[in-house]
Amino acid sequence: MPTLAYRLLQYYQDDPERLAIRLLYNRQPEQTLTYRQLVLGAAGYTRTLAEAGIRPGEVVILILQHGDALAYSFFGSILHGAIPSIMPFLTEKLSPDQYRRSLAALFEITAPAAVVTYPEFLAEVQQAIQPGGSVRAVIQTSQVVNETELDADLLANGLSRTENDIVLLQHSSGTTGLQKGVALAHQAVFNQLESYTEALALKADDVIVSWLPLYHDMGLIAGFILPILSKVPLVLISPFDWVRAPYKLFHAITQYKGTIAWLPNFAYNFCAQKIRERDLEGVDLSSWRAVINCSEPMYLHSHQLFLERFQPYGFHPEALATCYAMAENVFAVTQGGVDSPVVIDRVSQRSFLTERIARPIQGDEPAINMVSAGPPIKNVRVKVLDEHHHDLPDRHIGELALQSNCMLTGYYERPDLTAKAFHNGWYLTGDLGYIADGQVYVSGRKKDLIIVGGKNIYPQDLEGLAGEVPGVHPGRVVAFGVPNDDLGTEDVVIVAEIDVSKDELQRAERESLPLEEIHPSIADEIRQRVTRGSDIALRYVKLVDRGWLLKTSSGKTARSANRDKYLAEQ
Amino acid sequence: MDIIPTLANQIATTILKQPKRIIRPDDKLLSSGLIDSFSLVDLSIFVEDTFGVRLEDTELNAETFDTLNELANLIQQRQA
Repeated sequence: MPTLAYRLLQYYQDDPERLAIRLLYNRQPEQTLTYRQLVLGAAGYTRTLAEAGIRPGEVVILILQHGDALAYSFFGSILHGAIPSIMPFLTEKLSPDQYRRSLAALFEITAPAAVVTYPEFLAEVQQAIQPGGSVRAVIQTSQVVNETELDADLLANGLSRTENDIVLLQHSSGTTGLQKGVALAHQAVFNQLESYTEALALKADDVIVSWLPLYHDMGLIAGFILPILSKVPLVLISPFDWVRAPYKLFHAITQYKGTIAWLPNFAYNFCAQKIRERDLEGVDLSSWRAVINCSEPMYLHSHQLFLERFQPYGFHPEALATCYAMAENVFAVTQGGVDSPVVIDRVSQRSFLTERIARPIQGDEPAINMVSAGPPIKNVRVKVLDEHHHDLPDRHIGELALQSNCMLTGYYERPDLTAKAFHNGWYLTGDLGYIADGQVYVSGRKKDLIIVGGKNIYPQDLEGLAGEVPGVHPGRVVAFGVPNDDLGTEDVVIVAEIDVSKDELQRAERESLPLEEIHPSIADEIRQRVTRGSDIALRYVKLVDRGWLLKTSSGKTARSANRDKYLAEQ
Repeated sequence: MDIIPTLANQIATTILKQPKRIIRPDDKLLSSGLIDSFSLVDLSIFVEDTFGVRLEDTELNAETFDTLNELANLIQQRQA
């Protein structure tokens, strides 16, 4: 079994002039990288890492934006036998202090030996490095020179790695997410690629187009490693550009005859609603054979919006596809809609909510349209468990559990968390759903994770930020998500208990004013801290009197019960 | 039409969904995260439809404008 380094070098030798990546930029011309250029650029980083004394098996954190340096440093680390992990770049809305704290936390947990960043960002990174910590080298992109030919000695380290060695780490964001670096072995990545390539019927004449960030599994695996290691050309757009100009995805599909792209559900609504007609002039989507909805709850309505808007531009309805994926399985668990249309299961709302069974509707009773994520891909098994971890029959809603030949090696340096994630050899996903006729349906989450625009957000991180605001009772804050149909994703709500005087309470009642209007500065401060300290923009803050929040018998905040209470009061 | 109150009202009502919220002309909008990146497209569509001024997507960042004052200046310059 080869390793990623071995495979990449094989392409370099056999097919050096083949196009690997086309990088699109905003104000500069595009840049194409052949396998030769990619490997020589990567080898420049391999040399720099070697000269800095970084050893195989050590972690290298990459703090870079869209561009060739990110691709080079990622594969350069792998060619050195080191373990790359991509960290999101500081954005203008994030508080630099909070970002620095995240970096410091990441450094503490993964004990990286090196960090790669831009010269302009050096000072920021250095502030997060503790004296006496693990980081021995901060490599600036300006120090690195592309190799002109391959030096066998330089690659000896990378080629000595074996298939069970860890090849990369993936993190989700926030204080909690950073604790769980998903460590993946070469073998797991190859097994995933083999099964997923088959599920997609991926061919050499496909063209994958992606704007997804590479610090996220969907971007890193589907929109980066899969095409590059499958010799399928990749057109890469910056996520920063896409969010300001979503039409760029459609121009790229048109210009390069793109065939496959992955989008989180909110992007269907966003693209359908936010692109001006003039920006779609000349767009031709007839080459697109799969647009794959993945990484957050999927809505039939979002597919309909997308289809209505883009069918006039040649978009084929049968190109709508779905996928259920997670970093712990490298990426895909299921894939739907590629060789047959996505299955929509119309189930009885009453049975769904009261019996927790997805029964097909009878007559004209109220229905829920469940969008199938498709059947499991090859060598992945999915089952549904009740709360005592007993198997449930078809159509019964429970926790999805999986087994595969591409599972994570473990959460990096956290055997405790790894052990907790499995039960009798099955990985407990924390997602709720059911299976019917071999199709997997995801209906919600057991864990209190909030997914916003495809990003996993841990409520405890947001609660911690809000709890620091003066006037808020520490520990008396709850964060949860509520679906927003218009946006096709969740909105985050924070409910916080504050001290209110009798007078204020009476005034609130008399004038039917919410407390957040009596104490706007507290509400604003919560919004500001959460927005600047996390990956989301917080919109809804509700301030309540002491005693409003429901607690479990063990004294923990019951997020779902408080969410129900909040929704009932709206 | 007064540019600043019109913009302030639009941002409070449609983007922030807090119609009563007061946005001061020098409040930071982008760098504070008050307007998130997903709402920038909405803002540029509103500016174009209301004031007939086109904001390029490359201009949707805090360097070009970060406050109502700065955005209003930009609109006035382009209208002139």
